[in-house]
Amino acid sequence: MTAPRWIADPLLQVDRLTMRFGGLVAVNNVSFAAGRGDITALIGPNGAGKTTLFNCLTGFYKPTVGRIAFSRGGLDVERIEALTATSAKYSSAKNAQDMGEGIYLLERMADHEIAKKARVARTFQNIRLFPGMSALENLIVAQHVALARASGLSVFGLLGLPSWRRAERDAVALAEKWLARIGLRHRANDPAGALPYGDQRRLEIARAMCSGPALLCLDEPAAGLNANESAGLASLLRDIRDEGETSILLIEHDMSVVMAISDHLVVLDYGQKIADGAPAEVRENPAVIAAYLGVEDAEVDAVESDILAGDPR
Amino acid sequence: MSGQSSPFAHALKDAALATLIVAGIGFPVVAYRADPDFNNALALTSRWPLFFIFCGLGFALRFGLSLWGARKKPSQAAPAAHTSAKRGWLPPLGLLAILAYPLVMLAVMGPQGALKWVDTYGVQILLYILLGWGLNITVGLAGLLDLGYVAFYAVGAYGYALLAPMTGLSFWALLPICGALAAFWGFCIGFPILRLRGDYLAIVTLAFAEIVRIVLVNWDVVTHGEAGLFGFPGVSFFGLPFIPGPRGFDAHFGFKFAGVHKLIFLYYLVLALAILANFVSIRLRRLPLGRAWEALREDEIACRALGLDTANIKLTAFALGAFFAGVAGCLFALRQGFVSPSSFTFTESATILAIVVLGGRGSQVGVAMAAVLIVGASELLRELTFLKAIFGQDFDPTQYRMLLVGMAMVAMMNFRPRGLVSSREPTIVLKEAEAPV
Repeated sequence: MTAPRWIADPLLQVDRLTMRFGGLVAVNNVSFAAGRGDITALIGPNGAGKTTLFNCLTGFYKPTVGRIAFSRGGLDVERIEALTATSAKYSSAKNAQDMGEGIYLLERMADHEIAKKARVARTFQNIRLFPGMSALENLIVAQHVALARASGLSVFGLLGLPSWRRAERDAVALAEKWLARIGLRHRANDPAGALPYGDQRRLEIARAMCSGPALLCLDEPAAGLNANESAGLASLLRDIRDEGETSILLIEHDMSVVMAISDHLVVLDYGQKIADGAPAEVRENPAVIAAYLGVEDAEVDAVESDILAGDPR
Repeated sequence: MSGQSSPFAHALKDAALATLIVAGIGFPVVAYRADPDFNNALALTSRWPLFFIFCGLGFALRFGLSLWGARKKPSQAAPAAHTSAKRGWLPPLGLLAILAYPLVMLAVMGPQGALKWVDTYGVQILLYILLGWGLNITVGLAGLLDLGYVAFYAVGAYGYALLAPMTGLSFWALLPICGALAAFWGFCIGFPILRLRGDYLAIVTLAFAEIVRIVLVNWDVVTHGEAGLFGFPGVSFFGLPFIPGPRGFDAHFGFKFAGVHKLIFLYYLVLALAILANFVSIRLRRLPLGRAWEALREDEIACRALGLDTANIKLTAFALGAFFAGVAGCLFALRQGFVSPSSFTFTESATILAIVVLGGRGSQVGVAMAAVLIVGASELLRELTFLKAIFGQDFDPTQYRMLLVGMAMVAMMNFRPRGLVSSREPTIVLKEAEAPV
């Protein structure tokens, strides 16, 4: 049996990550890897620390302890260690002759750098579109990094140079492609805030995809969707993975979606990793079943009697 | 609101509550007036009739409003018809009218009579339009509430007043320099407040404006304090100053000297710069930078998740808004021929902000309309001298200026909470998107 992809060809490697808020340890010493070209699902009961972990990955929180290494071209332990020893945030593609792709230490980078340089895009649990701007504009803003370069600090754009016009045309074409893909082409010019909830969820994913990400982080993309919409979402995510450009990391509570599409599950409970593996294995894992469904009364009694025995009050 | 109670009864209850509030506020403020008497002790004069007039007014206004609102409610449920602005012939005609305005005034009023019309109703309003458009970038597009905009205006005005005699440069050279100076200060104030948003940002910018004003008042050696600066070179027509005598503009072209010629030139200068500013803003809005400003206003966190460097985007919004204010300040110095700190008080910032809010944040046309309304109307109040015949010689209509602006704001918030022009036009449109696929 060959090693699973998250060990053989990881794209993201999280090492001993801990996030502390005062006395609260939201994420406790979590290590896991996500395979290139996989859909990796991060699951766990409410309050398990999934969103906190996401916020650490995407730079919205600075982790208290730990390392998050990321590379589009595949990670290799020696290069990660070499980079960690320096004070650099990432090894640029020029220095990395062996792979042609740089390594990024996400815990050292600011949120917008992670999105711009490492190309990690994310969506939010409570949708964060630009509600007053049209659906099309939302997708154009997502291509800001490329467009800003083409507009030459706005100077070329102000002059209306052909190179800028071409860049803008390409951006509109990409946005149009995604609008068609999520079935919202006919609402391209409507304000994003006026779209129905399910459409807003899909638009947010399309917006993240328009930024050309190597890793797409989705925070509960199926929340609030009906069964039909969830199925549509699952097939959209599977298609994104199968196109090969983008790996996906998602947090999800809807187990029908998770089991249908993910290649790899990581389970958190109370900030700690309790299981990690292929969906079929994880489903059978007693710790996971206990975290989700609770444990038998007999076991609780056993634990309680242990406590009472150790601490007679 | 319960469905059983009639709108009339509801309005009555509502109005009674409003009257109670008016009475509560009015009692300490209106009902008694405290004046020092001959012995320098406080003497209370009661003003009950006035108090009851206020209460009555409050009641009547609130009552009318609630009744009107109740009548209007059912129609609000219907979706607002999508009115596409048809104004094919309006912009060129409007521009023509604006271009012809000072010449028409000159022809009708003569060189003396036209002074006021070209200056206060022409140049002044255009300056406020320019300021409004500048602040529109910071507040309207980028959503950064800047209460200290006047500081950049002051930097531009003092920049010109100090640099013109010192360097001997013409105003053509100093115009961009003043803008750049103001933009530099926009940058400087932008840095420490990058993390702030909303109210906190507003307070810091307000404080910055006060610091600038207080420095201007107290730095006697350079700014001459409250006395201000004057005697700096004025505007010139390609090297020809607007002065009487053989070396002036009028003698060169064989005109009879008139002060209004300078103002007419200034009018066209400000107009040209305002049009340029408008052009730049409209173009920028359709560029990545402008879209990033609007995205920043809509959701800063989402911007960062998409790789937008929000710090740079905020700084450019601050700096470009300040640049416009610096240019406007330079023109202000040229117009007045005199600058002093009293021109750059908080009221000025508030007026410009009121123009932007009243016009509709982000709308160029709305801001221009609001500038004409607010500045024009408050100037028109000076013309209402006939009211003295009705209210007595002590009546000064200009005293009611702020009251009227305040009432206009309240009315706006009630009827058009998003400003005169509240519809936002997308910066880019997908054609043939209307037909559902």
